Amino acid sequence: MNMLTVSASPHIHGDYLTKKLMYGVVYSLVPAMLVSLYFFGFNALRVLLLSVFFSLLFEWLIQKYLIKGPISITDGSAIVTGILLAFNVPSNLPASMIIVGALVAIGIAKMSFGGLGKNIFNPALVARVFLLISFPVEMTSWPKPLGFTKNLSDVITGPTPLGFVKDGISSGRNISELAAHMPSYIQDLLGQTGGSLGEVSAITLIIGGIYLIWKKIISWEIPISILLTVVVFSGILWIIDPQQYADPVFQLLTGGLMLGAIFMATDMVTSPMTKGGQLVFGFGVGLLTILIRVWGAYPEGVSFAILLMNAVVPLINRGFKPKRFGTKPCLITLT
Amino acid sequence: MDNIIIISTITLSSLGIVSAVILYFIANKFKVYEDPKIDEVEELLPLANCGGCGFPGCRAFAEVTVKQAKDQQNLEELFCPVGGNETLQNIGNILGLEIEAKDPMIAVIRCNGSTANSPSKVKYEGVNSCAFAHALYSGEGGCRYGCLRLADCVDACEFDAIHMNPETDLPVVNNKCTACGACVIACPRNIIELRKKGPKKRRVFISCVNSEKGGHAKKNCAVACIGCGKCAKVCKFNAITINSFLAYINFDRCTLCRKCVEVCPTTAIWEVNFKPRKPKLENITIATEKPKEVVDKHSIACEKTSILHSQANIEYH
Amino acid sequence: MEILKTFALGGIHPKENKLSANVPIEVLPIPKQVIVPLGQNLGAPSQPVIKRGDKLKVGQLIGKGMSFISADLHSPVSGTVLKIDNLLDSSGFHRPAIVINVEGDEWAESIDRTDNLTTKIELSPQEIIEKVKKAGLVGMGGATFPTHVKLMVPSGKTVEYLIINGVECEPYLTADHRLMLEKGSEILIGTKILMKALKVNKAVIGIENNKPDAINHLSQLAKKHEGINVRALQIKYPQGGEKQLIKAITNREVPSAKLPIEVGCVVQNVGTALAVYEAVQKNKPLIERIVTVTGKAVKKPSNFKVRIGTPIKQLIEAAEGLPENTGKIIGGGPMMGKTLQSPEVPIVKGSSGILLMKKEESYRQIESPCIRCSKCIYVCPMGLEPFFLSRLSKLAKFDMAEKEIIMDCIECGSCQYTCPAYIPLLDYLRLGKAKVATAIRTRNIT
Repeated sequence: MNMLTVSASPHIHGDYLTKKLMYGVVYSLVPAMLVSLYFFGFNALRVLLLSVFFSLLFEWLIQKYLIKGPISITDGSAIVTGILLAFNVPSNLPASMIIVGALVAIGIAKMSFGGLGKNIFNPALVARVFLLISFPVEMTSWPKPLGFTKNLSDVITGPTPLGFVKDGISSGRNISELAAHMPSYIQDLLGQTGGSLGEVSAITLIIGGIYLIWKKIISWEIPISILLTVVVFSGILWIIDPQQYADPVFQLLTGGLMLGAIFMATDMVTSPMTKGGQLVFGFGVGLLTILIRVWGAYPEGVSFAILLMNAVVPLINRGFKPKRFGTKPCLITLT
Repeated sequence: MDNIIIISTITLSSLGIVSAVILYFIANKFKVYEDPKIDEVEELLPLANCGGCGFPGCRAFAEVTVKQAKDQQNLEELFCPVGGNETLQNIGNILGLEIEAKDPMIAVIRCNGSTANSPSKVKYEGVNSCAFAHALYSGEGGCRYGCLRLADCVDACEFDAIHMNPETDLPVVNNKCTACGACVIACPRNIIELRKKGPKKRRVFISCVNSEKGGHAKKNCAVACIGCGKCAKVCKFNAITINSFLAYINFDRCTLCRKCVEVCPTTAIWEVNFKPRKPKLENITIATEKPKEVVDKHSIACEKTSILHSQANIEYH
Repeated sequence: MEILKTFALGGIHPKENKLSANVPIEVLPIPKQVIVPLGQNLGAPSQPVIKRGDKLKVGQLIGKGMSFISADLHSPVSGTVLKIDNLLDSSGFHRPAIVINVEGDEWAESIDRTDNLTTKIELSPQEIIEKVKKAGLVGMGGATFPTHVKLMVPSGKTVEYLIINGVECEPYLTADHRLMLEKGSEILIGTKILMKALKVNKAVIGIENNKPDAINHLSQLAKKHEGINVRALQIKYPQGGEKQLIKAITNREVPSAKLPIEVGCVVQNVGTALAVYEAVQKNKPLIERIVTVTGKAVKKPSNFKVRIGTPIKQLIEAAEGLPENTGKIIGGGPMMGKTLQSPEVPIVKGSSGILLMKKEESYRQIESPCIRCSKCIYVCPMGLEPFFLSRLSKLAKFDMAEKEIIMDCIECGSCQYTCPAYIPLLDYLRLGKAKVATAIRTRNIT
């Protein structure tokens, strides 16, 4: 007779799996990936492949030779980091910088904290900010989305809409003067603007986000609260002075806001655990984003905002506990 | 340009001086007097902060020691099991007290329910924690008193003194043991006991804590104490007591004569660090009805001792 | 369409797998030997009142509950007492049990063995409670809390609702389902008796919506009984938990570490309602129960009516044998059931099912790191933070776990079921609960 097993209940398990969650994120990124391929051509493919490959490679190397622990590169987390890193850089970034970015993301931001689940900051964002500060020129020369028609060697670069507005305002012009030179909202939505791989097309990111929420991989609280805060806060500024501050729709559709709100801020490891905490987290990200965009030195502030809020997540987790059963006062009607 | 350097130098240095003055007064104001002896005593301690003395850390022990020495002029009931007698003597020298030597102790694992002696009847799946398994079921071998083989004691040990023997799946204590007692607390089944180390580290003990009736105990484990009482009868020093089908050797009375080891029908009594004994001559020459069994038992006992020897010296990584 | 009620916080919906839902209850032949463990109820075990060699009749008292939370024990068979010994039971330990050799099937004279429905309730509430106590009734849902203790309302408290638990939210199990279909009238009279004993005029039978036949059947029958309502509930685990069921039906929340009586509710299982009917109207003590034998590999998933003390081996044989490659025998459902160590273990008052799982099904996956997805928080029906509590328990910070009210955990297993990293959350939570409970006890003593 074979030996029976003794264990404590429960004896069955649902079909959630870390792997499934991670690959779910990868699937949700596919539409945005296709759009970036369409607009940036082979360059986009180059960046994506390099970034994913080196993320996986560094994770494997560190797990094999530094930590000497089990190898877990197949769990999908390094792939997600790689894709998100690629989405955060311009398509003409030199290969060496992508490799440095992958090393920073995996080596410094993730593995040095102990690997999956233990990092404080979003690895892809840490790498992006590292690259932005180390190579400001390369990281801010955004190729125009021209698709496969153009030769790789003569890519035309130009500013992102956000950068354009920022420069314009600081040089004394106002919004209505600038508006004529800016892409329309439809172009922002579809992705015919300058920018990094993943941030150009808001619509594909929204599709991916809906997929993630439908599959219950992320909860709606973080993206919605971020977007809502951005709309409300920039709306107030816009009402105060429409010539000085861009309108809320422009703020929503441009830059990395959609990418950050849907894919970066919702990273499970670095976001709060309770619904209440997630709302506060989203509010913080939204507020910081607009503050940096309007008054900061950089035209884009989502990545800094998310990283700053990542740092206070432990505090939020401490302050926002889930609602306990049995805390609701009950009235007994005596008969 | 020079101006800036001069101004900043002056500003910074004056800032430093002002802060230093403030700090000086604050430090004076909040100064707490501490007996310098506490520091001296603490230096002598092993600084392992194991808690074996019953106080939270070596500093706390040092404070209590100095205080008791001052108030009561003795160090009764204070003992650092890690440092042992030597450390306590040194402390006594500093504090000017005579210290009585205590017998060194060692942790003893009183279960021999290895995978061979108590074969697994079921397979356990779950967290690696004896405390949890203890509440869940009686154990893979079926003995509800025996070792669960999940190594809570190994985790509790701060001194690298307990390891699991991969062959028997039981913990083994090595010479690094300081008798701090952490494993005794960690074991949910009270299998581990602190016993006298004994002269030349020789000791005799009952390697079983099963207080079930003999038949039940034997059903689950080949080497269980069945409470037959033979050892108690043969002991001339009243060192062995039997309580609810379980024998216990009082180590203060035991003279290590090893008579009990010979009579135990289940080889539940262990002798450690003795020389392998030669089969006695008369047993073979007189050769009554069952000479073979006598020899067998001796060989088993010898074999066991040698196994123990090897266990004590092996370190498992 | 009417929106069905359920509890608010957390919950999961595992695959139901109710394989034996359409199989009628089958009476199993009496075994040759029964093992009746003395500790079959929550609280103190019963004390034996018979000795070796005694001749017994079916329904004769063999064990007496001595303390307040304790229940009487009756002989489920007629025959001779072979021995009183420590034997392996469903708890996983060797505990005292009475072994009886079966001889014939001779019942005590006082028991009414006819199938006639006795509708008239003649006894006073006090007499009913006394009779329930004498019959050794315990909660049949699995917790085995002595029923008569639950019926004694503490002074100063009023019961407003009697809730009959026909939820059966555990996957696989169908014992209660079949019972409601086949013994509906008896259950309703049992409910009436309980209502009289508790002096309430409102009773609600809560049934999950995956048993529409039982809902229809009982609704039809309940028309004849004033004050009894049948309520269909959304399908969600762990709705069968007392606190969750009260929340679902009355929208009241039982405060932490308090009993349902605090919000004017008493919850009884449908099986208990039937047992109450039999005890009060038919003088029959608790000697039988319905047990589901099921599992994906079982050839004939069935519902059996068996005597207490029957070795589960016999039930498995009646369901056409132990399947090859059985990894686990579970007493109860897959979410909260206990694994049994051998097929020799007897059926006790609280056994609602025997679930046989294949090795592949029962195998626990290797744990991977927590990615803080917070799914365990979303599904916890008590609003706890399982990942945090389990970590506290792993690091032996039990005082902190106590402050986080680890004792609120109802051990439903939803967190571990959901965890994508396969972390044994509930194992650690149980460990923490045990340690905290001990700490509280020692504190109360000193």
